Amino acid sequence: MIDIEHLSKKFGHSVAVNDISFSVGSGEVLGFLGPNGAGKSTTMKMITGFLAPSSGVIRVCEYDVSRQPLEVKRRIGYLPEGASSYGEMTPFQYLEFIARVRGLKGRHKAERKKEVIERLHLEKVLNQSIETLSKGFKKRVGLAQAILHDPEVLILDEPTDGLDPNQKHEVREFIESIASEKVIVISTHILDEVDAICSRAIIIDDGRILVDDTPDGLRSRSSSNRLDDVFREITRASLT
Amino acid sequence: MNNVITIFRRELGSYFATPVAYVFIVIFLIMSGALTFYLGHLYERGQADLNPFFQFHPWLYLFLVPAIAMRLWAEERKTGSIELLMTLPVSTGQAVVGKFLAAWVFIGIAVALTFPLWITVNYLGNPDNGVIFTAYLGSYLMAGGFLAIGACISAATRNQVIAFIITVVICFVFLLAGSPLVLNFFKAWIPQNIVDALSSLSFLTHYASIARGVIDVRDVIYFVSLIGCWLYANALVVDMKKTD
Repeated sequence: MIDIEHLSKKFGHSVAVNDISFSVGSGEVLGFLGPNGAGKSTTMKMITGFLAPSSGVIRVCEYDVSRQPLEVKRRIGYLPEGASSYGEMTPFQYLEFIARVRGLKGRHKAERKKEVIERLHLEKVLNQSIETLSKGFKKRVGLAQAILHDPEVLILDEPTDGLDPNQKHEVREFIESIASEKVIVISTHILDEVDAICSRAIIIDDGRILVDDTPDGLRSRSSSNRLDDVFREITRASLT
Repeated sequence: MNNVITIFRRELGSYFATPVAYVFIVIFLIMSGALTFYLGHLYERGQADLNPFFQFHPWLYLFLVPAIAMRLWAEERKTGSIELLMTLPVSTGQAVVGKFLAAWVFIGIAVALTFPLWITVNYLGNPDNGVIFTAYLGSYLMAGGFLAIGACISAATRNQVIAFIITVVICFVFLLAGSPLVLNFFKAWIPQNIVDALSSLSFLTHYASIARGVIDVRDVIYFVSLIGCWLYANALVVDMKKTD
């Protein structure tokens, strides 16, 4: 469903993403791991069509992101890093806006809105402006926005960053609950998360893919059998 | 088209969700009233027309329209919501037009709320209502021109103060393009035919004839194409700068 071939992105002289290729299929939850500045967000922004690649091809559901960006955008649900949204709106207005832009209509629209509001427990804050909400609720509003049109592909940039342990747990459960029928790519620094929800993990550093493996396979690479150690060993090796 | 309407509605709603709308409208009404009566001497002239009202519009717009335009894109970039907007199935052109129309209609509401003045002169005498209507139209077109310039500049920076100041300067140049102040500045180092072309871009000249009640198609085309050009540039700038 997502096919990436020889993707690169340069900002001036610095190379943010350096010739990466991978594909993700339906039912897979891909964890994107790497230190800060490794190129995770840049890659995700290119998949969603926000950033144009310097070279390479991205296809989402058979559509080329550079050639048919709107077709791709229709099929993707995206949670940007920091879950930025329109702060002066209430979640109710915001979801209504997103539903309209996404072309949802009539009863279907009402049903979808009701479902995401229930699933992400937004009932209590529906009429409070988003900028006054706590971080956890802002994230949940962002998630609600991303899944509102029931997309085939979900790109979630650090969906649990800044949440408390209970909220993290809820978001993970939520992702697991929808995982079977979708393609999901999440970026994270939290290695437990990879273990908990991802069926596959890619470690990226300095714009390059270092490892592409299952969480179990990843763990077996370290003598101590711990993901933390694997991560540190792999990313540190690339520094030297 | 649907997307344009959706964005238009969201934008227009957001003006009224914050104090921006009310502050703008109140200031606009107070200032246009004060200028009309104190500097324009509406009563003392003893003529039932709205010339004293319309002659100050360019100067009011010079400061008030950039204040509305500055937030259009700069704020989206500052808060990061542009990333959301540009990953929705909406083309840049639709977003540009939707946002522009919302701001333009908003300014239209402020301008329309000056209607008591129109009633007043009708009460006091027999003004030529056709001229007044035309003048409103011209004034509104000119506001659209200011706004399109401001929207484009707003997309070029994430700092609203910078967007405001640069927009005021550019609008000022456009406003006075036909006057010696601007022409002398360019005369020294730009060929004469370009200077002539520049002087024909003056807002004031095109506005003045409409405000007198003369609708010349050329003046209308001028403002419409000016808006079109700046909005086209706006879309290019958004695509270029959205990720900075």
